[in-house]
Amino acid sequence: MTTAATSGAPATSTWQGLQRWSRRDEVRRAVSLVALMVTLAVITGPSGTQTAPYSGLRGSLFASHAIPFYVLAVVLALVALFGGRWTAAAVAPVRQLRERGRGVVIPRYVKLIALVLLAVLLLYYPTTLTPFWQTVLVDQMGIYVLLAVGLNVVVGFAGLLDLGYIAFFAIGAYTTAYFTDKLPVHPPFVLNPFFIFPIAVGAALLAGVILGGPTLRLRGDYLAIVTLGFGEIVRITAVNSDSLTNGPQGAFGIPHFAAFGYKWTLDSLPYYYLLLGVVAAIVFFFSRLNNSRVGRAWAAIREDEVAAAATGIPTLKFKLMAFAIGASTSGFAGVIYASKVGFINPDNFPLLLSILVLTMVIFGGMGSIPGVILGAAVLGWLPNYLRDYVPAQDRFIYFGALLIVMMIFRPQGLLPSKRRSRELRLSELGVGGADAMGTIPGTDA
Amino acid sequence: MCFTQSFWQLTISGLALGSVYALIALGYTLVYGVLQLINFAHSEVFMLGGFGGLFLIRGLGISNPSGFTSVALVIGGMLAGAVFGGVTAFVLERVAYRPLRRRGAPKLAFLISAIGASYFLLNLAGKEFGRFNNPMPSLYTSGEVFSVFGAQVTTNNLVIGSAAVVMLIALDRIIAKTRLGMGIRSVAQDAEAASLMGVDINKVITRTFIIGGLLAGVAGFLFGIQFGVQYNMGFSAGTKAFTAAVLGGIGNVRGAVLGGLVLGVAENLGVACVSSAWRDVIAFMILVLVLMVRPTGLLGERLGRSA
Repeated sequence: MTTAATSGAPATSTWQGLQRWSRRDEVRRAVSLVALMVTLAVITGPSGTQTAPYSGLRGSLFASHAIPFYVLAVVLALVALFGGRWTAAAVAPVRQLRERGRGVVIPRYVKLIALVLLAVLLLYYPTTLTPFWQTVLVDQMGIYVLLAVGLNVVVGFAGLLDLGYIAFFAIGAYTTAYFTDKLPVHPPFVLNPFFIFPIAVGAALLAGVILGGPTLRLRGDYLAIVTLGFGEIVRITAVNSDSLTNGPQGAFGIPHFAAFGYKWTLDSLPYYYLLLGVVAAIVFFFSRLNNSRVGRAWAAIREDEVAAAATGIPTLKFKLMAFAIGASTSGFAGVIYASKVGFINPDNFPLLLSILVLTMVIFGGMGSIPGVILGAAVLGWLPNYLRDYVPAQDRFIYFGALLIVMMIFRPQGLLPSKRRSRELRLSELGVGGADAMGTIPGTDA
Repeated sequence: MCFTQSFWQLTISGLALGSVYALIALGYTLVYGVLQLINFAHSEVFMLGGFGGLFLIRGLGISNPSGFTSVALVIGGMLAGAVFGGVTAFVLERVAYRPLRRRGAPKLAFLISAIGASYFLLNLAGKEFGRFNNPMPSLYTSGEVFSVFGAQVTTNNLVIGSAAVVMLIALDRIIAKTRLGMGIRSVAQDAEAASLMGVDINKVITRTFIIGGLLAGVAGFLFGIQFGVQYNMGFSAGTKAFTAAVLGGIGNVRGAVLGGLVLGVAENLGVACVSSAWRDVIAFMILVLVLMVRPTGLLGERLGRSA
């Protein structure tokens, strides 16, 4: 190649010119836009069938369905290739606005007013919804918000990747089923689900410590795969232990909460207010925790574990603490879920759900509590809103794509925490790791 | 013991299954070597390789082949699987890894984008090719070829085993002897120093992904011959292959092979003792135990050393 370049043979130089051209930024952008449009055409197209496995691809790429995507692909590619000046001009005002917004301090009273308005909205608005949306608000959004806030402690605060998070949710739910006597094994005493909270949280906490104790000593990515394995072990055990968990049928007729003379019923609203209170309390507790000595220790660990250990932080203890707090929150959510829905089986706790909660945390903004709540609420609401347009089974195509796109373009999430986005920026410059996973060698090469 | 009756039978089928795990495990171990990163989407590369082989065999549509045709079909299917696997791995590296590497993203971001890619591919395959098992058309009449200690070795076992052995030896030589192998080892040892010595890190990483993809694609086809091809077959095979890689010592090419074989046999014997419903639990328990007792694996971690 080098000799050809020096001798300057015309054929080679055309080829080299083409190669050089293909490496230019706008060309790369155009190519990836075209690829994106083709991918979109495929994922929004018809599905394949058992008798004709290619019909899905054919129907999405060589049928009228694909035409708008191809047109869009051509237009976008042309804009990317030749419209550099126009796009820059179009983006400029947005950039300016962003620059101006930086460093502006919102006065305290404005924040307070916004908070009061939000509280009123959260208390009043659900009463105006239809029963369907009230159910969605509790089962799909409220529970997930609680789960995501808990996982945020593990992933966002301490920088550990936990892929078996739903296992603790399952432990909480099955503990509820056990102490309400809905499993083949009988408990020593029967309780109303409301009073099972401490037991279930204790069980999930214990499971978290047992699992985390040995594995948190390992490198971060091992933790991911071990927790994934643990999640599957819990699920498969629930499926296979007929005499213990009633196998695939699961538990039926778990009663609703009843406490202090009040009975929860099939109605979703009381559960909503319960969840609202629980989430508010947990958020208060976690944000205090994050701004305390413990939170600073977590930040130190995720930014540079070796340095943190060297300054005397017992890293294992703090990692275990984050892991256990996450696990117990998940167990807590499990109790509410079991009591609200009334029946549970192993299918309620697939690996997908762990991934889904993780997606919510990342989508909203790792380490930022408002972000995580927003992420969980949006991603819990979206599939129900889209239920008429997107088949339920295809939802995870979009979630997968969303994860990749977020990691490439906005790894800090929708409402990032300030500290987290600063870490990510520093990490781009090759300073620190931004999580307790170690750095990738050669990333800045 | 519960498996005394059919000990050898279980061992032989376990070795065949284990060699498939070994082929996938090599992809994990190689990528781990150059990036120090678990490639969570590798299981989907394996799955798409299986579909590649399946489509070729179906497309050719030869019924009841025998003799030379059978051999040609098996080799053709392996090649198709390898091509699908290699292309998938290449695209994966370009889309889910390279943009992040260019930005110097933290490790968590890599894992998450790999999980995203895995779910994207898994569910896309489910959507396009159907969410059910696709049995592979019969390529040969599988039967007993010879017996060892009273246990029969079937054609299936033999095909899978020999294909795996050939590829493993080839890979071992590539890593040890070729320029590319030297590049892979140098990046695994010290990426920065390697780039200062004139190694094109990006090229080496891309090629490492492709090699892993080729092996996983072939494994997908071989797995498909026996169990059929299904959109979600990657998850359990992938986690087990990762277990195998850790078991043998991650980054260690021969360790991955040993780990795969050990895991395949242990799993089969374990299933004989309890029940097949617990198959996945056995593999995960082995993983957890290995990580607790000997986190560096049976043969130890050996990043960037030949063999």
